[in-house]
Amino acid sequence: MTTLTVTFTLNGKPVSLAVDPSARLLDTLRYQLGLTGTKEGCGEGECGACTVYLDGLPVNSCLIPTYQVRGQRVETIESLESLGQDALEPFERCGATQCGACTPGVVMTAWWIREHPELLGTHSIRELMAGNLCRCTGYDGIVDSVAEALRETASGRRET
Amino acid sequence: MLPGSLPEALDTLASDGAAIPIAGGTDLLVHWPVHVEAHERTYVDLSRLDPLKPLRWTADALMLGGLTTYWDVIRDERARDELPLLVDAARQVGAIQIQARGTWAGNIVNASPAADGVPVLMAYDAVVVLESRRGREEVPLDRFYSGYKEMQRRPDQLVVGIRVPRRRYSYQVFEKVGARRAQAIAKVGLAITRSGAGWRVVAASVAPTIRRCPAVERLLETGTPIGSPAALLPAIAQDVAPIDDIRSSAQYRTHVMARVLYHDLRDFWGRRA
Amino acid sequence: MKRREALAKLTGRERYVDDLPLQDFLWGMTVRSPPPPRGRVTAIRFGKDIDWSQFVVVDHRDIPGPNVVALIEQDQPVLAAGYVRHVHEPVLLLAHPSREAVRRAVRSVEVVVAPEPPALDFRITPTPERIQYGTDNVLKHLQIVKGDVERALAQAPVVVSGTYETGAQEHVYLEPQGMIAYLEGDVLVVKGSMQCPYYVLKALQHALAREEALVRVIQTPTGGGFGGKEEFPSHIALHAALLALKGGRPVKLIYDRGEDMAATTKRHPALVRHRTGLTRDGRLLAQDIEVVIDGGAYVTLSPVVLSRAIIHAAGPYACDHVRITGRAMFTNAVPFGAFRGFGAPQSQFAGERHMDVIARTLGMDAVELRRINLLRDGQTTATGQVIRDGTDRLAVLEQALALSRYREKEREHAAFNATHATLRRGSGLATFYHGAGFTGGGEVALKSRLRVAGRPDGRVEVLSANIEMGQGTLTVFTELAATRLGLAPEDVTIAEADTARVPNSGPTVASRTTMIVGGLVERAADDLRRRVGLDDSARGAAVTQAIERWHREHLGEGEPLFGEATYEKPPGIAWDDTTYRGDAYGAFAWAAYVAEVEVDLRTCATRVIDFIAVQEVGKVLNPTLAKGQVQGGVVQGIGWALMEECKWRDGAMANNQLTNYLIPTSDDVPAVRVAFLENPYPHGAGGAKGLGELPIDGPAPAILNAVARATGADPRAIPLTPERLMELMDNAEFGMRNAE
Repeated sequence: MTTLTVTFTLNGKPVSLAVDPSARLLDTLRYQLGLTGTKEGCGEGECGACTVYLDGLPVNSCLIPTYQVRGQRVETIESLESLGQDALEPFERCGATQCGACTPGVVMTAWWIREHPELLGTHSIRELMAGNLCRCTGYDGIVDSVAEALRETASGRRET
Repeated sequence: MLPGSLPEALDTLASDGAAIPIAGGTDLLVHWPVHVEAHERTYVDLSRLDPLKPLRWTADALMLGGLTTYWDVIRDERARDELPLLVDAARQVGAIQIQARGTWAGNIVNASPAADGVPVLMAYDAVVVLESRRGREEVPLDRFYSGYKEMQRRPDQLVVGIRVPRRRYSYQVFEKVGARRAQAIAKVGLAITRSGAGWRVVAASVAPTIRRCPAVERLLETGTPIGSPAALLPAIAQDVAPIDDIRSSAQYRTHVMARVLYHDLRDFWGRRA
Repeated sequence: MKRREALAKLTGRERYVDDLPLQDFLWGMTVRSPPPPRGRVTAIRFGKDIDWSQFVVVDHRDIPGPNVVALIEQDQPVLAAGYVRHVHEPVLLLAHPSREAVRRAVRSVEVVVAPEPPALDFRITPTPERIQYGTDNVLKHLQIVKGDVERALAQAPVVVSGTYETGAQEHVYLEPQGMIAYLEGDVLVVKGSMQCPYYVLKALQHALAREEALVRVIQTPTGGGFGGKEEFPSHIALHAALLALKGGRPVKLIYDRGEDMAATTKRHPALVRHRTGLTRDGRLLAQDIEVVIDGGAYVTLSPVVLSRAIIHAAGPYACDHVRITGRAMFTNAVPFGAFRGFGAPQSQFAGERHMDVIARTLGMDAVELRRINLLRDGQTTATGQVIRDGTDRLAVLEQALALSRYREKEREHAAFNATHATLRRGSGLATFYHGAGFTGGGEVALKSRLRVAGRPDGRVEVLSANIEMGQGTLTVFTELAATRLGLAPEDVTIAEADTARVPNSGPTVASRTTMIVGGLVERAADDLRRRVGLDDSARGAAVTQAIERWHREHLGEGEPLFGEATYEKPPGIAWDDTTYRGDAYGAFAWAAYVAEVEVDLRTCATRVIDFIAVQEVGKVLNPTLAKGQVQGGVVQGIGWALMEECKWRDGAMANNQLTNYLIPTSDDVPAVRVAFLENPYPHGAGGAKGLGELPIDGPAPAILNAVARATGADPRAIPLTPERLMELMDNAEFGMRNAE
């Protein structure tokens, strides 16, 4: 089996891997690197459970061949752990998670929104979260959490 | 294949007619693990052809690069002001994760009859700019498709840009009728513009290709009075041919097209320019 | 108390079956039968391009015990043995170290089926050559009789008839199904995503002819179930186990989403007919109801779904003469199974839509019709159960009307609809109920048992087979035990649901986990307290110290310390399974929902723009969790009503992709506004009644009633897709304003 060497930045650290050219970024993260926080819900870019950041933008890792991220910055849910428990407190309090299968993807998109509050000038939270399907919460817990997180940023609390 | 430059990419395509260019991957990688036969094929990765990424405003046009994404356009303030249908359509493609990766050029060459980017580009008289080892070619988008998934692109050509003329529009609207508000494939798509160049009515998901609707445009240009959606049915029947498929029915598509056209253009039927 | 495992889930640390590290394992996959949906397997051809010696190949001959997935009836095979009854029936199992290799291999196997006439429409009487179950393809027949419905109908001043249909629904739990199987010494260990570890255990014991000591089932954190992981996991467990036993290596079998959607169970489609006799001022005199459900090609749980469907079919109303007949039909469709609500959403969709049809026919107000007929204490249900819980059901209705500004909105909508060219708005109501726990004697038959162990460090551990799948089991059990014993939540652990360690406290279904099993947690905690010599008033440090002391005193004896509780039926409940009369459930929760919709007449697309969900649920133990259950159930109901459509080909789902089977996104639904009324149920843990399924019974009829009021159309079936609504509103310009 031919492999390609792909060098990129993963969660702030440089990595260099031999990957199967057919590997999706999702497969490389989960099976080759053991970073199982990113989930596979559909394999077709509909559910968003596989959301990671690529050069700072949320994307579906199930639709990205690993070789395409060479030289780029990839961040997974594991990178948000450094934010600490406080940062995720609004999500706990507002019931953003139930079964948890969609949750890492949801948190990735939600945190990105929180970091880009100017988007709310043109978009609603619901529109921005529409690429993350959830079957348990009915979305209120998620939307409320994002609103809370944004409110706390705006008021100056929980600055990271 | 991982070309580092456009000439390299074009060389590869020139020598291997079966090689498939891959940009954002949002069409090609759907259900990738299941489609094992797709793994055998040769792909030409365009993702490092940086000069193709940015969009550029000139005095006469918006030049979308061959790798410009939907998100690039959504974030562009001038696009929101001057070519708002591009932003409307981009916001209705999938959701943010798809918008961040999907490219306008990819949307064009994927040639889905239900594409979201193509109708608005076509209604804006966009021109597709193709490059190959044999040189540059420009094809107006409304003449780019010749049949279902058939287009004026040779296997050795890459879309390196899409030129959208800058114009003042007195009317423009994009309507995507899907089964839900986001992450939906259009059952009917309509992009309608009016400018000094005349009316453009472009329909998606109602024919094997996305296309202009000349009979409907003629009704508008000639100021033919139209008193109801039903009165549009003959023109619609001339312009499009919707089918029953897994998403919707021909009858529904026809009626929706008639009603949306009728109501959106209520102020214009019966009035000549 | 905040959700106990929230942080683990929010950070991605929670590990589901496909996340678990596994050494030296094989990927398993299933070879399924292609169309036709019925017939003899005449050939199985292995492609020449594969080196089959590298694969583990399992067929029905490798099954040590009976080739049956044990459930209600012994009719469903683990692997097809020469005959198939539906498309996607498992025929072979393959395993290989490379997932890609096993995918290619699956495609290289050709299964050939010689067609026989299939039964593919449950609504029509099967012709003789399509009979495949009994003499008439009826998997189950049930009837509820109260009074004399024929006479009452004959005498009724008004009779209103209606026929209603509901479609299948796919669960779309975000974590696809999957199992891991391996041998640990002599013990077969199966781990995976499931709702009922003991169902899986029983199935493994039966088909693999293994005694209980040689099988161990462990539930891994489960990413959603909704009933879809009630009985289907037994199949996957058996498949993974067979491959592991034959291959001698651990096997991981994870379904692709497309496979999951196509091959696993869905909500039973239903057809419900009503003939209702009333007085002219809207009082119910007679209800004659027929419920028919599509069971698919094997019995699975259809008899129980049918049971719940007919018990709820007459609605939360008083009526002296009721006859409800139910039939579950065999067809050659992929078998249908449990889905939240379990028959009650289907029959209550029909009943509540019918109430509005009645109101329209009588020219009376839909709210008033409910007010007149809602059960008052002292009145009886269709099965003769006396309702005497003291819940003010009218207050539930009134609060829904108040929160939704129902009357104000009626006026606003009238004005809006009169002037808007293309949009129409309306509000619709549903009043409904849901009985929690197993029907009738079901809970007694389960003999649920639970333990609370005291550990040497003074902390306690709850040992239960009831699992967490997002509904909050871990948190609620922690709270119940902690509250009962006066401990801090950190001093309570919930054991992994491992059949080697936890007793059978019953399946995680039927909205029973908090109400019934939570009650066992409380009683087992009491029992533990007594065993360490304390009385029921002891709390906190006294308990901790007593547990520690007990361990010091019994050091080296090898005796475990635990309190135990076994289910006891509440007093005064009696059910007769042969006559289908009596107390169907220990408790009903009651609800009134209002949906406000906006219909775009250009596209006939319906948007729900406001939703009020009011319910009385005994006691709300955890507001965030309870609200989350309601909101989640409502949005599933919205999806089922408007956009979730299974498109069938040869009795299997043709649109088995998330691009074509649409569930609501965050942008498709409004904020769901929730209110609770409380009336503690004395036999439910903490006073709680079961809540998980109630919320999906109400949205569909409320929405369709709203669409009817907004547009004047009369929809009778779901999903009410835009295509169907447009067809109903058959005049092309129905209700729209033309150009002036």
